[in-house]
Amino acid sequence: MAFTQPTRRRVLQTSAASAAALVSAPYVSGAHAAGSLSVGFWDHWVPGANRATEEIVKAWGEKEKVAVKADFITSQGNKNLLTIAAEAQAKSGHDVFAFPTWYIHEHAAMLEPVDDIMADLIKQNGAVNGTVDYLAKVKGRWMAIPATPGSQIKGPCSRIDLMKQHAGIDVQAMYPAGAAPKADNWTMDTFLTAAEACHKAGFPFGIGLGQTTDSVDTAGAIFQSFGAALVDKDGKLTVKSDAVRQAMEWYAKLAKVLPPDAPAWDDASNNKWLVSGRGALICNPPSSWAVAKRDAPDIARQCWTHGMPAGPKGRFAPYLPYLWGIWSFSKNKPAAKSLLRALSTHDSIAKMVAVSVGYDLPAYEGLTTLKTWAEEEPPKGTLYHYPNPHNHQTLSIAAAPAPPEIANQIYNQAIMTKMVARHLGGEKMEATLTWAQNEVEGFMRG
Amino acid sequence: MSDLAVRDVQAASSHRQRSRIGNFLRGRSFVAFLFTLPLIVLVSVLVIYPAFYALHLATLNKRMTQFVGLSNFSFLFTRETFWMVVRQSCIFAVTAVIFKALIGFIVAHLVNAIPDKGQRKWRGMLLIPWVIPPALSTLTWLWLFDPSYSAFNWLFGLVGIGPVPWTGDATWARFSVILVNIWYGAPFFMIMYLAALKSVPAELYEVAAIDGATFWQKLFYITLPMMRNIIAITTLFSLIVTFANFDIVWILTAGGPIDRTHVFATWAFRLGIQGGDIPLGAAVSLFMVPILAVAAIFILRDVNKRSERM
Repeated sequence: MAFTQPTRRRVLQTSAASAAALVSAPYVSGAHAAGSLSVGFWDHWVPGANRATEEIVKAWGEKEKVAVKADFITSQGNKNLLTIAAEAQAKSGHDVFAFPTWYIHEHAAMLEPVDDIMADLIKQNGAVNGTVDYLAKVKGRWMAIPATPGSQIKGPCSRIDLMKQHAGIDVQAMYPAGAAPKADNWTMDTFLTAAEACHKAGFPFGIGLGQTTDSVDTAGAIFQSFGAALVDKDGKLTVKSDAVRQAMEWYAKLAKVLPPDAPAWDDASNNKWLVSGRGALICNPPSSWAVAKRDAPDIARQCWTHGMPAGPKGRFAPYLPYLWGIWSFSKNKPAAKSLLRALSTHDSIAKMVAVSVGYDLPAYEGLTTLKTWAEEEPPKGTLYHYPNPHNHQTLSIAAAPAPPEIANQIYNQAIMTKMVARHLGGEKMEATLTWAQNEVEGFMRG
Repeated sequence: MSDLAVRDVQAASSHRQRSRIGNFLRGRSFVAFLFTLPLIVLVSVLVIYPAFYALHLATLNKRMTQFVGLSNFSFLFTRETFWMVVRQSCIFAVTAVIFKALIGFIVAHLVNAIPDKGQRKWRGMLLIPWVIPPALSTLTWLWLFDPSYSAFNWLFGLVGIGPVPWTGDATWARFSVILVNIWYGAPFFMIMYLAALKSVPAELYEVAAIDGATFWQKLFYITLPMMRNIIAITTLFSLIVTFANFDIVWILTAGGPIDRTHVFATWAFRLGIQGGDIPLGAAVSLFMVPILAVAAIFILRDVNKRSERM
């Protein structure tokens, strides 16, 4: 086969023609010119509630020319926790992840600081509550931003009729729709009296003493109302304090009028308790009301979500946020930050709240009066007080203010509910406190 | 001349070597090795590597940034809950295995007594608990034991008994998790024992019958000695699986109430994944190894001794 050597002239001619063609060709920006992004969102309980996030992400991806892969990972069977642990070990996986409560502190060393985004979001949406600060800020730096999907307050959801009939309490008058609460008399003593009256009438309050989050969160808020902390913010053991004893004594009285199987309750038990019509009050986000709306409309019509009772040290409501963090191994951090901003605009948050029928809760002060909560029914205004619009209670997480690495263990080992269950089972108060102290001491190892 | 001789010797030696390799490649042991290679790779990747990785994790501090030697293990020795978990794991595994073996043995005899024609469908039906994924069947049990809406309690209520706190009281909760484990695992024993029963030569029973042996004599002097190896191996296998059980306990009680049903695997998960202390969780799960190793050594030594005698 003949093969001719190219001449210098021909090489120059070809190069010049190629260069001209390249320069004169129009610039084509590809559909995914800004790269790709993979996000691990929390898979919502409320059917169809992922839709809002999906739509926001899709619109953002098209606008910013980023190929986004959104995975909705369930917390059933702790699948999200397993994924976090696996990604942290492998240093590979999603760029952005929806971390539950304690897992920002745990993985802070592997997360990208987001001070710049948080500063703008606070300016835009208002200040965040103290629990978000406690969970998402590590050594003064924001390591995550609050996510709206999945964040929730687990305040009381009462039966209007049963509370009126058996405890003489008009929860609608105490927490009127569209107005500030008139709940000065809604104290731990009133709560206990109401619990005893409803128990006597055959409709006990449905508060668990198990080891899952609903039980732990309620116990945490009640302990905090008495100023009872097992470890203080400086990491000092305070199990054997008067405040803890006082909280335990109160809880022991309450436990006697709870369903006898309360120590075995999981997160579904209180929902079933309300929907079945057997209880006058539970502490839960509005998911149980939403289920009742579908399965037991007569009961849903009698449900009213409102604030927690006040204790000697204040009124505390259990608050459980999800937090969006960016892994430090992410290959597209600018895009990740841009997406987090898009997910945190007023319109995005309003959409998420609406699609989740009011379940999702933004952490920002300026976004607690969205119309969804005012309009949801039946009965109209049932969710008005759910997002704490009048800021009349402190949103808190169980085991705070202990340093988060210790609090995480106290929370996950359900130390407070175990203390109550042990004491209820006949163990002497001091023996229970000694046991708890020994357990908590173990959590303090480095 | 001497060069030629050396070359001849070298050629002969290389030929011998080639034929040895050829023989080896054609040999049965090499083919067997090839057949087992996928399994060896699988076991290496899914068992041996994770086991060594768990060992490595167990020697790190909570943040996994520092080597701390055996201090995770020594820390566990000081914990009251750890010793409770050790006790509970032993009670759970030993009780469940004893009852599984007993029920399996009785049912295997009953099935063996059924004429061949109808035996197949009984075998199939009795295996159902074992072939259903345990996570699924345990959910059904959870509904039966539900704290507030237990179907069992409803039935008991009809005759004025109860309600029984199936998962709310420590003793009942332990009973419940063991019961479900027995329900799930007994068919495995049944099928193994049935296979062993079928391999006992019928002549032995005939001779014994001629000699006037009773049912119990046949059982103790023929059946049990003939089944002893199968019983030992099945017990060891079941002990390992039951000790490492996670799904049944986690779904039914998640270790509650007040940690009274935690076993090694559930407590390791609670500490490692939920509590964020992966090294401590790894240390807890590794505690199963010495306990099971001791059991394995005793049981397998017994099996070997008998095999040698036979």
